Amino acid sequence: MAQPAVVAQLEAALGRDSVLSNPSELTVYEYDGSDEALAGSHRPDVVVLPQTAQQVQQVVKIARAMGMPVTARGGGTGLAGGAIAVQGGILVALTKMDRILEINTRDRYALVEPGLINLDLSQTTSRDGYFFAPDPSSQRACTIGGNVANNSGGPHCLKYGVTVNHILGLEVVLPDGELLWVGGPSPDVPGVDLTGILVGSEGTLGIVTKAMVRLTRSPEATDVLLAAFPSIEAASSAVSAIIAAGVLPTALEMMDALTITAVESAYHAGYPRDAAAVLLIEIDGLLEVVAENTRLISVICEQQEATEVRVASTQEERDLLWLGRKAALGAMGRLAPNYYLQDTVVPRTKLPVTLQRVEEISKDYKLPVANVFHAGDGNLHPLILFDRHKPGDIERVLHAGTEMIHWCIEVGGAVSGEHGIGLEKKDFLPLVFTTEDLAAMAGLKLSFDPLQLFNPEKVFPSGFSCGEVSALRQQALAARLGIDFV
Amino acid sequence: MTAESEERLGNFFGRNIPDVNVIRSCVHCGFCLPSCPTYRLTKRERSSPRGRIWLMNQVSIGNLELLDPIFEEEMSLCLNCRACEAVCPSGVKYGEILEASRAQIEEHRETPVAEKAARGLAFNVLFSDMKRFRVASHALKLYQRSGVQSAVRKTKLLNVIGLGESEQMLPELSDRFTVPHGETIAALGEKRGHVALFTGCIMSTAYAGVHESTIRVLTRNGFDVTLTADQGCCGALHVHAGEPDGGRKLARANIEAFEKAGFDAIIVNAAGCGAALKEYGHLLKDDPSYADRATAFSSTVRDVVEFLGDAGLSATPGPLNWTVTYQEPCHLAHAQRVTKQPRALITAIPELTLIEMPESSLCCGSAGIYNLIQPDMSSALLTRKLDNALSTGAEAIVSANPGCMLQLAAGLRARGDRRPVIHLIELLDRAYAAAESAAEPESAAAD
Repeated sequence: MAQPAVVAQLEAALGRDSVLSNPSELTVYEYDGSDEALAGSHRPDVVVLPQTAQQVQQVVKIARAMGMPVTARGGGTGLAGGAIAVQGGILVALTKMDRILEINTRDRYALVEPGLINLDLSQTTSRDGYFFAPDPSSQRACTIGGNVANNSGGPHCLKYGVTVNHILGLEVVLPDGELLWVGGPSPDVPGVDLTGILVGSEGTLGIVTKAMVRLTRSPEATDVLLAAFPSIEAASSAVSAIIAAGVLPTALEMMDALTITAVESAYHAGYPRDAAAVLLIEIDGLLEVVAENTRLISVICEQQEATEVRVASTQEERDLLWLGRKAALGAMGRLAPNYYLQDTVVPRTKLPVTLQRVEEISKDYKLPVANVFHAGDGNLHPLILFDRHKPGDIERVLHAGTEMIHWCIEVGGAVSGEHGIGLEKKDFLPLVFTTEDLAAMAGLKLSFDPLQLFNPEKVFPSGFSCGEVSALRQQALAARLGIDFV
Repeated sequence: MTAESEERLGNFFGRNIPDVNVIRSCVHCGFCLPSCPTYRLTKRERSSPRGRIWLMNQVSIGNLELLDPIFEEEMSLCLNCRACEAVCPSGVKYGEILEASRAQIEEHRETPVAEKAARGLAFNVLFSDMKRFRVASHALKLYQRSGVQSAVRKTKLLNVIGLGESEQMLPELSDRFTVPHGETIAALGEKRGHVALFTGCIMSTAYAGVHESTIRVLTRNGFDVTLTADQGCCGALHVHAGEPDGGRKLARANIEAFEKAGFDAIIVNAAGCGAALKEYGHLLKDDPSYADRATAFSSTVRDVVEFLGDAGLSATPGPLNWTVTYQEPCHLAHAQRVTKQPRALITAIPELTLIEMPESSLCCGSAGIYNLIQPDMSSALLTRKLDNALSTGAEAIVSANPGCMLQLAAGLRARGDRRPVIHLIELLDRAYAAAESAAEPESAAAD
């Protein structure tokens, strides 16, 4: 519970309705979209719902004066615990700042507030023939502020790039309470790319209060193909063959048999239940180009043993196929009470061997693993299914997950593709970065936030902020995770 | 864990404990938040489905008191519109655990004497017996003139029959009650089947005209229609208000009234009632002598819009040169997932234009007796709904549920807007009337 004096100051600044301090209403801010294990163990002392950038500034200044941590939160759909107030303090829920302030189709940007829901932006601009390209699977619930914080991706990022490619400028409240504008409507602002630094910093450097986002012209034509394969290897080969043919689909997604089962029982999306894997492929562009590419991709899939290639002919069919893909994670509830999701990336050519390894790990630990992922850019999402009420399950899941991460890094990959590091993956960072890398990041963090009040204990490995990164730390981590540290 | 057992789940105890497995099936992904009307208006996590399930979870593990004011308030503030269920990837049966939580609160809280009396009057006296209900509906006019009105107004619960709030509505009541006596109205033309009409409480008094339209449209499309005797209120209001026992009593009576005849379908034209009737299987799952019969009963229930949309119209409607917009009843779109058939039927009418309103499936704030219990939230939602509906420039709002229709009509009247709110089946009925008058040009045109 926050001190009454803090609550009074916040209420004076924001109004009583925008300050929540009753423990019964704070409890609903103890989770985000991440795993059960992270939810419920950290409660903010007070939650504020500001409506202007000035109010955010006032909150930050009060927090600074009281030495209280500040954690920003959008839709609360994050998968790495980024919006959990680990040290308590003030949680800044930006959900009320959800307006579209300006749409400028001639300069192709929109100026929006951080609490705006991703899909609401695209739905609004679609009337003029534009959309906001980053489309995380949670796009109907996640916010633009959260997308900026996590540098979110999504199926269509294969062609269009991730969030950082679509942010022209940002208004942020810095840890000292000052308001700063970085970037702007014209491309290539000279000097240090501060926008690039802030995007993906997960609320550790500043709180976004306005975002100037790029609008992309809606394509003239869109085709969605569903190709079914008798094996995961065949589907993986098809992915490589499509890219090798010089075609760049908008999205290239793979789902395995277990995922198909979950999705079909939830949505009856029309995926073939007897396939070992399906590819969901979207092609967009000019009418003639789309027709030609669709034909080419169909031929490639058939050459790679596809048992069925179907082109969704209506918008309704396309939407249903995409619904199945986008809600696949949530649909896992149909197969098991809990899942543990990895977000590793591997070079595309390593996909077949990596999927084989995932299957071996699944067998070794006797844990079912469902695969649904962005095959086109090698971003895996193995979902380890388990029941946390079964003794020993959680330990086996953590070990299996660690082995998968270790494998992916070994073949030249990364610990996270698009979900952020947050609380959950921060201790894996030393596996990919050297001490010097991490020290450089720490230097950046400290130059923005010397008091370390913004989203503490996130992104950077535990104990890191005190400058204690060392080989010892890495060895300790390796020992804890049961890995032979090389 | 059965709902009937005298058990304890954290701070839930006694009867009607929410199913812990349903509570746990929420993976807090947050996909439900934008679908929730109360979250959209407040942007507070506690007023979202995910937040409410988390609060239930906290009660279930003993971290939160059952009668914690925040918990009570949120269980009441929820509209039970079930928009969240329709978008939930994990298939969380939210309505079930909400209704169980409300029943728990009702069972354990100290109910003020006046409220207890009002609830008793409404749930045990009025809605439990259709004869009494009709007498009370007639008598309401007297209530208003005799000074008892202010007492009734205080309890607010009489308003649920759609009569208390606005004087203008009362005259329509007089001679138009539907009283089912077991009679069958024969199909016109080639017979396609035999259905029963569920007449309900409010529909049979305040909206008896909709029943007349339903019978005309069904017979015109080749269905014999029986008005089954001894049927009553569906019990939805009881179940939603945390009075499941009253709901079960009504459910058993309805099952007995309908089960023997073997109709092709039991047709209902109130979305809220339809959703409740389709859930009798769950409501009576712990009653060994009724569980299977309830499931069988539920499987034959169809909303009239769903039924006609699926069966297809065998008679061609006449033209209506009209522009309408469609307001989706929550319990049709979300609880029953019927969204295509209404639009197919509306657009089957020649010359009629359907203009979709923004947020068609966002609750209008009526939600059973919600507009009486949570007037502020209800009125904010009504304002949003009417703004959306009127932005289309439509000449009429079409819906398919009495609660929505009362709410929208009251809202339009308050704005001084004379546009009609009509049931989809009335719209079809008018189109058939138009077809008839076109066939017989000398007869007076209907409307």
